Amino acid sequence: MTVILPRKDVVIVGLGWTGSILAHELTEEGLDVVAIERGPWRDTATDFNIGYAQDELRYAIRRDLFLQPVVEAMTMRNNTTQTALPMREYGSFLPGNGVGGAGVHWNGHTWRFWDTDFQISDHLNQRYGGNRVQELQLQNWGVSASELETYYDKFEYLAGISGKAGNIKGQIQPGGNPFEDPRSRDYPLPPMQMTYAPTLFAEVTKSLGLHPFPTPAANMSKDYINPLGIAMGQCTMCGFCERFGCANYSKSSAQTTILPVLMKKKNFEVRTDSEVLRVELDASKKNARGVTYVDTSGQEYFQPADMVLLCAYGLHNVRLMLLSGIGQPYDPNTGEGTVGRNYCYQTNAGAQVFFDDKNFNPFVAAGALGQTVDDYNGDAFDHGGLDFVGGAGINCIPTNGRPIQTRPTPPGTPRWGKDWKQATVNAYKSTLSFSSQGSSYPTRGNYLDLDPQYNDRFGRPLLRVTFDFPDNDIRMSNWVSDRMEDIAKTFGGKQYVNTRRKKGWDSVPYQSTHNTGGAIMGADPKTSAVNKYLQSWDVSNLFVIGASAFAHNAGKNPTGTVGALAYHTADAIRQQYLRNPGQPLVSA
Amino acid sequence: MESHCLKRPTRRTFLSSVALTLIAASSGPALARSFSGILPWEEGSANPPTQVLPGGWVFFTPEEATTMEAVVDRLVPADDLSIGGKEAGCVVYLDRQLAGSYGVSSRLYTGGPFLPGLPTQGYQASGTPSQRYRAGLAALNSWTRDAKGGKRFAELAPDEQDSVLRDMEAGKVSLPNKVDSKGFFNLMLSNTMEGFFADPIYGGNKDMASWKMLGFPGARYDYRDHVSKHNQPYPLPPVSIAGSTDWMAK
Repeated sequence: MTVILPRKDVVIVGLGWTGSILAHELTEEGLDVVAIERGPWRDTATDFNIGYAQDELRYAIRRDLFLQPVVEAMTMRNNTTQTALPMREYGSFLPGNGVGGAGVHWNGHTWRFWDTDFQISDHLNQRYGGNRVQELQLQNWGVSASELETYYDKFEYLAGISGKAGNIKGQIQPGGNPFEDPRSRDYPLPPMQMTYAPTLFAEVTKSLGLHPFPTPAANMSKDYINPLGIAMGQCTMCGFCERFGCANYSKSSAQTTILPVLMKKKNFEVRTDSEVLRVELDASKKNARGVTYVDTSGQEYFQPADMVLLCAYGLHNVRLMLLSGIGQPYDPNTGEGTVGRNYCYQTNAGAQVFFDDKNFNPFVAAGALGQTVDDYNGDAFDHGGLDFVGGAGINCIPTNGRPIQTRPTPPGTPRWGKDWKQATVNAYKSTLSFSSQGSSYPTRGNYLDLDPQYNDRFGRPLLRVTFDFPDNDIRMSNWVSDRMEDIAKTFGGKQYVNTRRKKGWDSVPYQSTHNTGGAIMGADPKTSAVNKYLQSWDVSNLFVIGASAFAHNAGKNPTGTVGALAYHTADAIRQQYLRNPGQPLVSA
Repeated sequence: MESHCLKRPTRRTFLSSVALTLIAASSGPALARSFSGILPWEEGSANPPTQVLPGGWVFFTPEEATTMEAVVDRLVPADDLSIGGKEAGCVVYLDRQLAGSYGVSSRLYTGGPFLPGLPTQGYQASGTPSQRYRAGLAALNSWTRDAKGGKRFAELAPDEQDSVLRDMEAGKVSLPNKVDSKGFFNLMLSNTMEGFFADPIYGGNKDMASWKMLGFPGARYDYRDHVSKHNQPYPLPPVSIAGSTDWMAK
């Protein structure tokens, strides 16, 4: 028997970055808000405890803080001719779980996407003509960088980002990213102190005429008190950042920037260890009545609410829409339908330089402590004579020296035995790595839907990911790898290795937890699931917030844009939606 | 101000993946809770790891343990750089892991059907690590008995052991009972490296041998005074989550 609970103004699915931002903003309006969170409550003192947070086996290898496949797996295949099989263990990407979500164990790279991303289709057509992008399903996002500027700013100040502005109100700033769009002011904190490898990387890339700058980091370069009055401490560069919760209150997360204020509000409630099964619609299918969820004892509850906000990880938002019959599922054969459309990922490649005479102390590191070159990112460079669109940021961000996973050796080294050991010792401190993080552009055949064969523990179909790197993106990545080879040579090490991106997305080795799209934003309800305010075109009292809204993925980490979109949505709800609840904010 | 749980408080039941006690304790899943008007910090709810102590085998039979000790001593041989895998405790580590949640894949998706997959789709067989070790070590000794004059793996000379392991790594050995020799070799290799390089509390990496070898300072948590000392060696020895043997001696 489903227990029917008292009505709430707002029900939020998932209490990570976006759920916490929306909950904070909407409780400020006096609304009665409940968040339903599948995983447990998590706080710094208990769950990222400084007495044992620095445990590589537990957190990086066995992944204590991540979503476990037994709770929810996904199936994958490279194209529709293959049979999708479950990723029995997550590998290529690692979704989060519990309060704080993936924002607990991220690295903290905090980017703004460019206006040429938001207007990508118009921009590329104007600059290069329409035939350049025919194989791709690129779409404008229905929003501009200038509209989002204030929301990016709000997120960066909430999170205490350390960085150096490259463009303040149109004035290019020395030492920052000259390719970024104008921002209204500098970052709240100065850049972090640089370790040795990124310092060398900056020297080398500068000598090649490129424009290195400190990667914007959600690791605190100094102590910081954010606009909500919450204090964070200076990052100690412990080298246990990505895959770990921060025991120092030095990495921005919902725990360190919002929850201490949000949790004290009487008009906010979180229910943990409770998984939403579906959004319930009324007979018209245009209005959400609330959500049905189940707790770990198996008891089902119906939580009625006037508004439903999907704030789970992007992939889970899409799955919940498909499971709830919201919108039209995308069909790769016809290119019609919106839910599951334009799934994108990240097109990465790497390079290593081996030295004899250097000591990089790889364990002195933070998740986002490094240098980036954006000269070959997005459309910062002329693609006129090239056979691709898009680009990649080139990053030298050595995040750790944790030895179960970080043991570089030159090619040809055996994987075990005496020679392996000697080569491992030789290379451990003296190897410099850098990587490209490339754009991922949509194609008709890359999409998300429900798997016809495999189910979760409640008998619901798993999400099916059909994805391979588009030919355009492979050409892009290879071209950027050529540039990386130039950089690698210039270091003057004894040997370098360039690892190029190949066709055939492999779900096993870790690549990136930047899964985007599937419930994308846009101006046309035929080709987007949500409007520019992330309000469902089909169900007006439903908002779908997260990287699921990205119409494509840029060569940048998504969290900054996710945060900005969350604030943009919150503002639209506060300023517009609540005056006429239940009405579309944009007419179709 | 309220913090009530719908059933009973069980944050502690979120036992670590690396804790041996998970199966034995089996106090059930954490039950749903509701928090409002309060930061729900709870005294005594932290969940530190349990230290593995050497002595006796929990998962392995004596013969399996002897075989594994021979394997880890070839994967991580003793030399001037460090002690070998056996002395470091890699098999103790592995024994406790296989007896815990890792051994039974309790966190993985184990629903059928089990279909042969493409390499890009990852491991698709039904065998859990504990099943794979049980079958794999038996198959290895059965194979060496047939191919190497009645000897078990541990009874072969080190050079012969290396040669068998290299052939397994290359998939050139056809082990009985359809054991995938390459897959089993890779499993043994990755688990051995985990044990050798993980924090010593898990039973391997005795006295932080691998960390001393590499110059990894371990569980230290603050490098602010060294960040600007580019290209200079870090001066302090490693510490474990459980501290340092030097400290205990004093």
